[in-house]
Amino acid sequence: MKQPHDILEHVTPLLSVKNLKTYFRSEEGGVIKAVDGASLHIRPKEILGIVGESGSGKSITAMSILRLIPSPPGYFAGGDIVFENESLLAKTQKEMRLIRGKDISMVFQEPMSSLNPAYTVGYQIMENIMLHQKVSKNQALEHAVDMLKLVGIPSPEKRVHDYPFQMSGGMRQRVMVAMALSCQPKLLIADEPTTALDVTIQAQILRLILDTKDKVGSAIMLITHDLGVVAEVCQRVVVMYAGKVVEVAYVNELFNHPAHPYTEGLLSAIPRLDETRDRLTIVPGSIPNPARMPEGCRFHPRCQYADERCRTEQPPLVSPKPGQWVSCWRASGVEGSEADVAATAEA
Amino acid sequence: MAQYILRKLLGAVVVIAGVSLLVFILTRVIGNPVDVMLPLNATAADRVRLAHQLGIDKPILTQLGEFITGVFHGNFGESWYEQQPALSVALERLPFTLELSGIAMALALIFAIPLGVLSALRPRSLLDKVTSTLSMFGICVPNFWLGLVLILIFANTLHWLPTSGVGDWRYLVLPAITMAVLPLGRITQIVRTAMLEQLREPYVVTARSKGLLEFWVVVRHALKNAGISIVTMSGWELGRIIAGYAIAIEAVFGLPGIGSLVVDSIGQQDFPLIQALTFVIATCITLINLLIDMTYPFFNPRLKFK
Ligand SMILES: Nc1ncnc2c1ncn2[C@@H]1O[C@H](COP(=O)(O)OP(=O)(O)OP(=O)(O)O)[C@@H](O)[C@H]1O
Ligand SMILES: [Mg+2]
Repeated sequence: MKQPHDILEHVTPLLSVKNLKTYFRSEEGGVIKAVDGASLHIRPKEILGIVGESGSGKSITAMSILRLIPSPPGYFAGGDIVFENESLLAKTQKEMRLIRGKDISMVFQEPMSSLNPAYTVGYQIMENIMLHQKVSKNQALEHAVDMLKLVGIPSPEKRVHDYPFQMSGGMRQRVMVAMALSCQPKLLIADEPTTALDVTIQAQILRLILDTKDKVGSAIMLITHDLGVVAEVCQRVVVMYAGKVVEVAYVNELFNHPAHPYTEGLLSAIPRLDETRDRLTIVPGSIPNPARMPEGCRFHPRCQYADERCRTEQPPLVSPKPGQWVSCWRASGVEGSEADVAATAEA
Repeated sequence: MAQYILRKLLGAVVVIAGVSLLVFILTRVIGNPVDVMLPLNATAADRVRLAHQLGIDKPILTQLGEFITGVFHGNFGESWYEQQPALSVALERLPFTLELSGIAMALALIFAIPLGVLSALRPRSLLDKVTSTLSMFGICVPNFWLGLVLILIFANTLHWLPTSGVGDWRYLVLPAITMAVLPLGRITQIVRTAMLEQLREPYVVTARSKGLLEFWVVVRHALKNAGISIVTMSGWELGRIIAGYAIAIEAVFGLPGIGSLVVDSIGQQDFPLIQALTFVIATCITLINLLIDMTYPFFNPRLKFK
């Protein structure tokens, strides 16, 4: 599953997020920089993991890609999102609606509330199908049944008429996956699709996403807190911290040689089987308030290696070796420039 | 479902019986129809004779017993003034009030739903502020006063519409508007609150993520879930129109509905008619509530399975 990176380096990305800045105007009149210069890309059929602590901007990045940031208070303050060589930020709402649910679809964290309680699951899947395909209601229903079968829901011809409250959390998440994949999207964004589920169900849903992805041929952007999941299913990982991408690497590279001190911290937070700990040791300190980001490197207040430069200058995202990108003065060692940031998209 | 309706109906019977009993006791204790019906110079003998004629000289429990027996035979007694069965006098006036309240309610909903939804979509926008100010005004302004002001402006000054009475549709315009203002204010606010709540729900984001037109996200997804609060409040308001607003408004506009009959019957202390009106109005409200209840499963399918 893990590919040698030199082959993939030359594949054109399906989607690239370039130096994206998604800000919110706060009630008090300040600006909350939820995503502040994030860059990443995903190739066709690739499984990309996005990890980072709560509040690091993972969901906002995902929502930005679908242009679902509520505005006001949210707005794009800079950067670009390019999907199949076209800027999504330049598209009209009408054009975006043709992409949502068809080329790019999304599975959300909360299977309990992400489905509308007032409609049957079948209706909700059919709605997606009929928006993007010229089919009759009956054909859409048939397709919905097929999708339910694909995601492993028993007696789908019956369950298609069920309301969400008649299903368990795991079942509902299967329905969400069925809905998201019903128009064979090129990109599936799964925002912590298993966090709200039982551990056993989590594994099933992950398996399901991977299996159906193979049948449908989508790329997957998997947002998660769980580095174990990343190790198991992803090819590459993006580590986000305080609205920025701090490291991008192939999975084994990341686990074996983390380049960013924050990644190092995250990795040491994974409990090992031979250890018994009451709590996960997380990186000491906490993520900065996005309305008041620290000067210099955003991680410096929590970083054991921080020096004078880290406190004053932001490190650029640079590529010390093929397939790896890191935003840390220790890794780059060179004077960075903004040009480096833009370069990620080309990698 | 049938069992549910049966239970509701039983509850309603208890409520109607309770209200009727309360009105019965209150009228007999507080009221004094003999004074109202006889001229000031009537003799004591006249009074006794009339009281005897009306049957209100009997002990209250005996009167109650007779009343209940009558009710079980569909007989509320004769109206003392109209000399006709009280129930038919009351029922005769009902259609007019129902028509007027129906128009007023439709008017309120036609404006309240879009205004409430738009305010919820753009909270704290100019539209939202104007809407909440106006709906607060609608809720606070006494409707007999509003009726008089409207008459003054549109009938007496501009001569666009008739002052009062019945006739073609033009006679219904001012009363219907007057009647609609309070429900309009209340329903707008409930629509706004319910929609604000629903628009925060994750399923709304899911619907958007499918590429659904925002109009349908709002109407098909959020508004349907806000439906229960909206129909509940509308049912309430319809009940209040019939049992409350109609009384003042029909009096102000001189309209022959059940509301003006309530005023007359109380003024005349026509006990049988008061009793019949109580029954008719309470039944109306019960039926409205029942109808509202029956719409709930549409908005919340969970209830279909209970
Ligand atoms: N509507 C909003 N208005 C203002 N700030 C917001 C809004 N939505 C998100 N934010 C801020 O953006 C930051 C990033 O949020 P985001 O949801 O992307 O985090 P996340 O990485 O997905 O975290 P989690 O792991 O908890 O899901 C947070 O600090 C949050 O406070
Ligand atoms: Mg999130």
